[in-house]
Amino acid sequence: MKILVAVKRVVDYNVKVRPKADGTGPDLANAKMSINPFCEIAVEEAVRLKEAGVASEVVVVSIGEKTSQEQIRTALALGADRGILVETGESLQPLAVAKCLKAVYDQEQPQMVLMGKQSIDGDNNQTGQMLAALAGIGQGTFASEVKVDGESVNVTREIDGGLQTVGLKLPAVVTTDLRLNEPRYASLPNIMKAKKKPLDTTTPADLGVDIAPRFEVLGVEPPPSRSAGIKVADVAELVDKLKNEAKVI
Amino acid sequence: MSILVIAEHDNGSLKPATLNTVAAAAKIGGDIDVLVIGSGCGAAATEAAGVEGVRSVITVDGAIYEHQLAEEVAPAIVANSEGYTHILAPATTTGKNVMPRVAAMLDVAQISDIVGVESADTFKRPIYAGNIIATVKSSDVVKVITVRTTAFDAVATGGSADSKDGAATESAGLSSFVGEELAVSDRPELTAASVVISGGRGMQNGDNFKLLESVADKLGAAVGASRAAVDAGFVPNDMQVGQTGKIVAPDLYIAVGISGAIQHLAGMKDSKVIVAINKDEEAPIFQVADYGLVADLFEAVPQLEQAL
Ligand SMILES: Cc1cc2nc3c(=O)[nH]c(=O)nc-3n(C[C@H](O)[C@H](O)[C@H](O)COP(=O)(O)OP(=O)(O)OC[C@H]3O[C@@H](n4cnc5c(N)ncnc54)[C@H](O)[C@@H]3O)c2cc1C
Repeated sequence: MKILVAVKRVVDYNVKVRPKADGTGPDLANAKMSINPFCEIAVEEAVRLKEAGVASEVVVVSIGEKTSQEQIRTALALGADRGILVETGESLQPLAVAKCLKAVYDQEQPQMVLMGKQSIDGDNNQTGQMLAALAGIGQGTFASEVKVDGESVNVTREIDGGLQTVGLKLPAVVTTDLRLNEPRYASLPNIMKAKKKPLDTTTPADLGVDIAPRFEVLGVEPPPSRSAGIKVADVAELVDKLKNEAKVI
Repeated sequence: MSILVIAEHDNGSLKPATLNTVAAAAKIGGDIDVLVIGSGCGAAATEAAGVEGVRSVITVDGAIYEHQLAEEVAPAIVANSEGYTHILAPATTTGKNVMPRVAAMLDVAQISDIVGVESADTFKRPIYAGNIIATVKSSDVVKVITVRTTAFDAVATGGSADSKDGAATESAGLSSFVGEELAVSDRPELTAASVVISGGRGMQNGDNFKLLESVADKLGAAVGASRAAVDAGFVPNDMQVGQTGKIVAPDLYIAVGISGAIQHLAGMKDSKVIVAINKDEEAPIFQVADYGLVADLFEAVPQLEQAL
């Protein structure tokens, strides 16, 4: 079967992002950019399914500026077969991204779409579910285990109360949680090989997708700040402070 | 304005997250109805009718809704959403799973995880692991929203809403429930507890979490964990606090053997009082802690238990 994997270029997870001084958006000047960690897990899972003989082809798609090619190449170095960049200079909202992915889904006709449960910039946690709705297929979100069985897939999901396993007809969308797998490091030969793998470029307009924004960001601000308190010398002082100063126990 | 709140429940009872979501709805203003979709969910619907500020409770009861599968629940929400200007659900794993599906079916955006209501169309929400709060203004006719429950104080119960049956939907036939492993605990729920004690990689193994449990027993606390502790297999995933785990804001949060990574802070830095116990005085957790104790946790935690 063919697997489509969606990946996003985001600020690296080690960067502590702050608002720009004028409050118009996040200050990302010179920030290190990486593949969204959850997307990387999705790529790894697809490649493992290919290695296990379950998947025959892994196609990776990203929607964003030309620079997103880097993240597609990263996915190709991890073992994906070919890439598609839906190039746009606009910063798309989740519904528009889901619509672009639906158009690519229609073209590629994969049996499974693997993607991250959320991207660590917008923290929306929406796109996979939206794509599943638009395509009229099932969704296995927050996956910690994926077992393909012929025409269906069993997905174990991390939920607030513990774990839930659902069975989904294929095709289906699966969104990854952190414990699904631990992505491999790309080897140098694979990074070199990835440079020669096919990477097609298209645009939202070519795909016939309406990307008009549905909400406007009026401004951004830092969260209420918290400053460091005091160091206590020992447990006795700690308990005293909690009882008599903070009055929380 | 009229607002539809999607109830969080387990058929037998209403989950407290619903009360925080109704509180967010009340901030928006207008009539508030609660939609209870489930199987044999009469008891949850009765509880919902007692939530203060609710006009009507609409119940959709059917076997296909028993496990809250998104493929079944989303069409039922859409079928009962006509005329509403806002559809709200708590940003729990159930709400996060279902609501984007609803939004896409209605061809509208979703505003995720709101922490503030500025007006009927403008909301505040955290982005970048909570390092930035964005103010967003929606231009959609229907606003589909998930609510960060810790940001809104639960409304009271004691109301008396009227009740009616909603429209049921056919099974989508796309998904089935296979099984579940739910954590059983006598302790308060992590997201609703007034005291939380969490352990990190410094705990070294799952057995050592017993140290935290004995403190939790004395304080009536819930026990949480960092991702590192969950990944290492010390404790199950439902205990993870953070950007991608649970968001907690108790009166007292005690972080034990946790370094204080951005992603962990995102889940607990709105706690009223934060205590950190860590042997590394440079650990970033001390930058947000009201009371820091530089100590070996294997000495400090048993002493703490004794002192309580
Ligand atoms: C996409 C993404 C999402 C993530 N989401 C989350 C999330 O939701 N929640 C989360 O927690 N993390 C999350 N993380 C992981 C996060 O980046 C950190 O790796 C993690 O929080 C570290 O956990 P820790 O503090 O337990 O471990 P460490 O960073 O290893 O810290 C262990 C601490 O224990 C202390 N210690 C060790 N022994 C003792 C002792 N005997 N006595 C006292 N102190 C001791 C050490 O000094 C150290 O400070 C995420 C990461 C990514 C990439």
